[in-house]
Amino acid sequence: MSLAEKYPKEVKQILAKYPPEHKRAAVMPLLYLAQRNDGYVTKDAMKDVAQMLEITDTDVASIVGFYTLYHDEHKSKYYMQVCTDLPCALRGADQFMENLCEHLGIQVGETTPDGLVTLEAVTCLAACDKAPMFQLQGPDGLEYHEDMTLDKTLELIAALKREDKQ
Amino acid sequence: MSYVVLRHRDIPGIDKLDVYEKNGGFAAWKKVVTGMKPEDVTKTVKDSGLRGRGGAGFPTGMKWSFMDNKNWPHYVVANADESEPGTFKDREIMEKNPFQFLEGLAIASYAVGANVSYVYLRGEFWPVAAILDEKIAEMEKAGYLGNKLFGTEYSLKIFTHLGAGAYICGEESAMLESLEGKRGQPRVRPPFPAAVGLFGKPTLINNVETFTNVPMILSNGADWYKGMGTADSAGVKVFSLSGRVRKPGNYELPFGTTFRQLIYEHGGGILEGRPVKAIMPAGASSSLIVVDDKTLDMQMDYATVRTLGADLGSASVIILDDTISIDWVINKTIHFFRHESCGKCTPCREGTYWMQTIADRMKHGQATSDDVDLLRNVALQMRGKCLCPLGDFSTMAVVTGIERFPQDFKLPVKA
Amino acid sequence: MTKQVTLTIDGKQTTVPEGTLVVDAAKTVGIDIPVFCYHPKMEPVGMCRMCLVEVGRPVIDRATNQVVMENGQPKIQFLPKLETACTNKVEDGMVVLTQSEKAKAGQKSTLEFLLTSHPLDCPVCDKGGECPLQNLTMAHGPGQSRFLYDEKMHLAKHVPLGELIWLDRERCIQCARCIRFQDEIAGESVLGFDERGRSTQIVSISDPGFDSVFSGNTTDICPVGALTTADFRFGARPWELQASASICTQCPVGCNTTLNTRREAKEDGEIVVKRVMPRQNEEVNEIWLCDKGRFAHHYTESKVRLTKPMVRKEDKLAKVSWKTALDLAGEKLGEAKAKSVVLASGRLSNEDLFNLKALADGLGAQAILYSDMGGGDLVAQVGMTQGSNLGALGKGDAIVVIASDLYEEAPIWWLRVKQAAERGATLIVANPRATKLDRFATFSVRYAYGDEIKTVQNLGRKSKIGDAFAKANNAVIFFGSEGLGLNGSTNLAAACAKLLEETGHIGKPNNGLIGVWQRVNDQGAWEIGFQPEADLATALKGKVVYVVGADPTGDDPALAKALNGAKFVIAQDILETATTEIADVVLPAQAYNEREGTYTSGERRVQRFYPAVPVTGEARPDFVITAQVAKQAGVIMEGISVSIAFDILAASVKSFEDLNYAKLAEVKEQWPQVGRSELYYGGTTYENKQGLGVQLISGAQRGETVSLPKVQKETALRPKEKELLAVPINKLYDRGLTVSPAELLDQRVGEATVALHPTAAENLGLKAGQRVKISFDGVSGEAVVKLDESISTGVALVPRSMGIAIREPALAKVK
Ligand SMILES: Cc1cc2nc3c(=O)[nH]c(=O)nc-3n(C[C@H](O)[C@H](O)[C@H](O)COP(=O)(O)O)c2cc1C
Ligand code: SF4
Ligand code: FES
Repeated sequence: MSLAEKYPKEVKQILAKYPPEHKRAAVMPLLYLAQRNDGYVTKDAMKDVAQMLEITDTDVASIVGFYTLYHDEHKSKYYMQVCTDLPCALRGADQFMENLCEHLGIQVGETTPDGLVTLEAVTCLAACDKAPMFQLQGPDGLEYHEDMTLDKTLELIAALKREDKQ
Repeated sequence: MSYVVLRHRDIPGIDKLDVYEKNGGFAAWKKVVTGMKPEDVTKTVKDSGLRGRGGAGFPTGMKWSFMDNKNWPHYVVANADESEPGTFKDREIMEKNPFQFLEGLAIASYAVGANVSYVYLRGEFWPVAAILDEKIAEMEKAGYLGNKLFGTEYSLKIFTHLGAGAYICGEESAMLESLEGKRGQPRVRPPFPAAVGLFGKPTLINNVETFTNVPMILSNGADWYKGMGTADSAGVKVFSLSGRVRKPGNYELPFGTTFRQLIYEHGGGILEGRPVKAIMPAGASSSLIVVDDKTLDMQMDYATVRTLGADLGSASVIILDDTISIDWVINKTIHFFRHESCGKCTPCREGTYWMQTIADRMKHGQATSDDVDLLRNVALQMRGKCLCPLGDFSTMAVVTGIERFPQDFKLPVKA
Repeated sequence: MTKQVTLTIDGKQTTVPEGTLVVDAAKTVGIDIPVFCYHPKMEPVGMCRMCLVEVGRPVIDRATNQVVMENGQPKIQFLPKLETACTNKVEDGMVVLTQSEKAKAGQKSTLEFLLTSHPLDCPVCDKGGECPLQNLTMAHGPGQSRFLYDEKMHLAKHVPLGELIWLDRERCIQCARCIRFQDEIAGESVLGFDERGRSTQIVSISDPGFDSVFSGNTTDICPVGALTTADFRFGARPWELQASASICTQCPVGCNTTLNTRREAKEDGEIVVKRVMPRQNEEVNEIWLCDKGRFAHHYTESKVRLTKPMVRKEDKLAKVSWKTALDLAGEKLGEAKAKSVVLASGRLSNEDLFNLKALADGLGAQAILYSDMGGGDLVAQVGMTQGSNLGALGKGDAIVVIASDLYEEAPIWWLRVKQAAERGATLIVANPRATKLDRFATFSVRYAYGDEIKTVQNLGRKSKIGDAFAKANNAVIFFGSEGLGLNGSTNLAAACAKLLEETGHIGKPNNGLIGVWQRVNDQGAWEIGFQPEADLATALKGKVVYVVGADPTGDDPALAKALNGAKFVIAQDILETATTEIADVVLPAQAYNEREGTYTSGERRVQRFYPAVPVTGEARPDFVITAQVAKQAGVIMEGISVSIAFDILAASVKSFEDLNYAKLAEVKEQWPQVGRSELYYGGTTYENKQGLGVQLISGAQRGETVSLPKVQKETALRPKEKELLAVPINKLYDRGLTVSPAELLDQRVGEATVALHPTAAENLGLKAGQRVKISFDGVSGEAVVKLDESISTGVALVPRSMGIAIREPALAKVK
């Protein structure tokens, strides 16, 4: 089922933002929509978007490849992206990350054994005054968690687990 | 003093339309559309001495006057990409004082005759985009946006557009490419956006904070604004203070405030009361300022900071104390720029990668003093040859770090 | 006339048109500024940073607005940073330094950066020897790298981007030339960059991979060995190759080519063609070639090449001496005189066809062109004429393409027409179904198969489209044979010619009629006086048939029957065919790349080709064989050497008047300069040193009174309700004799297909991909169902030369 069929309202809204003769501009919002739908950007979604915007599949793929917030494979339901950039690192982000890895028993870039959360180190998220912090990318979008501690984080993960169960 | 940009700190609930209106919100907008010629709006902004808050510090009014009036339509794009490590002011503005930012964007749109404007936000800001979409809808309902505003012929629509994780999209030409649905890679300039911008049309690009200053300037007049700050840097600036201070955060202060005031009066001093070792006034892109008592009393404005061998940029002030070793710092900045290099031009694509291999060798104790020289050489070799400023940005901390803090780069001489 | 600008580069002064880029201006005074991403045929992007130079401008005094002078010289202010010569346009008084310490240092550093991730595997690289990166490294690369080799990124070296083109990710320097070629020039952006930064790499996710008939060109302009063709990679080192000028034989465009040859051990020491390269002719193919021209050349090496004359003895073909074969052939023709027929195809050269025509005339016999498409005689009158160049068409001009899918039938014309449209020409694409040209059309006109004439006549009426055409400064019409047989196409040509005449678009350069023929030299055959025959079968019955370069028996059961009924069959060809098998005398001919000759392109440009490889067996050139047969038949013929044959042709055929081999070999300087492996790098395309050819003057321009036939009312069958009309269309990669031997193309040739409208398919209970039997008047064959929404429900599209003999529309059954 194509995006246009599944989300007629959203697609219409998105296309309305840009001049019709430049509808290619809608590629990024449409890819977000596709990613929300499938958890990642599938090959079929790329084809679908390409057709909608009259560009080639390769054009779309090269957009997906350029931007880090699009995933072209399914790793996990959630992505916990900890900022370890300079300002956060000056406030203990690296240490925080280390502890987190230790408790989850995985390395940066790896996914928890239950396949729920992938832990990633990312560059500055514009929350430098609230380190340690991370963003949680999930099915229903993306949220910041600031001034975090190890315990608060582990609780959060536990909550995600429970929610995932039912 | 009362706030100009971070007014939500004076006025709780200013992110509600009625509260904002009660506090003079959209008065300037109405006055402009119903009573002012576009060029007069531009002139007021010119006279106010407002300079761009995105980093380059370019005189805002002058930029507005550059728009090519032989080529239509015109567009305005608000740069809300805020990706410079150490910068976190635009997010607070958009979350807490959204209407003032949108009003400023609207006024700019009127001044350059744009009927469609975009807010380009970094992808991580999608909750912020959701807020803005809500506020934009409220403004349309209340008749502040849409067709034939206030019974005039002027119409304006504002749309948000989310990036998807790419620092380079903060560079204005890359941002336009991204907004056009392409890979966010910088364009060769000239032509500049004021001539050939979004969809090939003349386009004005300003930073969120820049726009947010505008309504107050039009309400209170250019002289009122010029009255604040210093001769070369008029008005107030939101300083994003981060690093080894007790109270990191955004501080709106007049240009000319000293580093000492920012760090000690507002930032609560350094953690564990340690001494300041170095300051990066413009985030990861800045040169490292060697700090002694004298520098702490230097004023923060574009001209003065330049005399310290650095740029104020977007005033994302990162504080380093004596527990921090500079080789560690540049390893961080190098990794950042290597990760964010778009890959379009050779020196940046290859240079950032090369610098990273050397920096990591140093980090893992496999390096000799030759590697320090090589690192500095590679950085210098990148300078002035890249397609956009990112390449040069990536060398600032490296070169100044090695040159100004040699003691942090003492390595065994190659046998 | 554009404003001229004067500047100084390394002390040399040059004056060039305003808007010229510094890098091109430098080339005009022999200064090579090294480039990688810049290509003179594409928009500059300034990304590789190789072309860094110092740029200075005269200082202007604000007050007086005068140039400030300094001891007699204008004071020059140099820009603080190095500038890219490929993005900076020239300015009056500009001073450029390409060799200053600063400039050299800048170029050197870019080179060093590139080499930090380039494998430098030149010894095993196909580009070695014609690679600007290699040359630069030799010139002033860093002796030994300051970059530790073991820190190099190692990437995949053999990535197929499709079955024709391979990518070596380590060699790629991310210049984006290939991507930009596909996007800007081919208009098919099937290549892109994946990821970013140091991980940036080329990808194609089209299906089939790298889905473009222009893909081979990217291997020419790739400045390193990152892109290679499956045909040539690891085939040879460029410096071992011999180069001979030739002309592509695959379609009527007549692209100029260079055949690279080498002695091959595995071909037991024979010299063979290793690759076909474009040869620059800005008025024909520029520096491009389509993949068919590049990869389909293998047919001349086919295992079934004829090597010795043969004569039928006790119903078996036996090898005999040339004398025996020629005597017999000549004798039979001599006896039969007017009761003989010469049947020849446009695969032959002008010289061959002229001798054949002379023989026919001598015998009083009919000279028949083996073709299902008519109108070439009209093209000779009102076709393209001397001084024409599709590259010159643009704003204010108009181009009509009717009953032809140019992308499939003549890709380089498709490219040239697309570019003309992009320059502002009004492009009118009239076809019963959607084709790839529609995207660039100003007007797309859909008509029902059978309504061709009405459609052309409508273009003559007052209407938005009609006016656009009538008012055009220059107008060209391409007419094809989609959905048409001989009668239909002849009639269509007449209608088009009439329209051109009425609107005053004949008899002058860049105006007139172009036939989209199926063979390289069909137009030449027409000019020389050959004509197709509507009732070929009857024409052959009971005759002594001299069939040359054609395979009627293999193509069409009806013709096979007719030939069986012939009195005596003399077959002359380069390959064994169904026709040579049933012939009484078989005469082995040389392939185009074993001999000299000329072809006449659809734009009526006469161009020479030259020998590249040794002769196969005892084969002889067609025109020689014909002359020798003629002698035995008692017809005198001097044309036994190629240039003499051409001279006689020029003396006897009006449109060839005053032409000779020397004139055809003339060249003039062309822009852009290709500069193969120089630092200013246009690609591996060859420079044209062997001749740009000469365009024939049209009858109309010679001032002859144009006599156009009356346009017949349409008689062709039309799709009706409840029955399917099978219509022929043309396909680029078909099973033609000159394609199928190239195994590399098998996948693209694919199976015979029949295209139906989805509803039509549904009514028949058929699905896409399903195998069906299609049959119409006596012919029947298997095909795979394809769906096409753009056609009417009444038709079934059957590609020509895919094993199902379809010469004109016919009522068909599909099961
Ligand atoms: C690599 C790079 C990153 C940038 N990032 C940002 C950014 O995140 N936000 C911003 O407002 N300007 C950024 N800029 C500056 C913009 O290009 C542009 O100058 C600015 O948005 C203009 O607005 P202003 O005149 O109001 O400062 C960046 C520039 C470069 C070269
Ligand atoms: S493959 Fe060749 S042409 Fe394409 S980007 Fe790489 S180096 Fe350039
Ligand atoms: S930047 Fe000029 S040739 Fe690449």
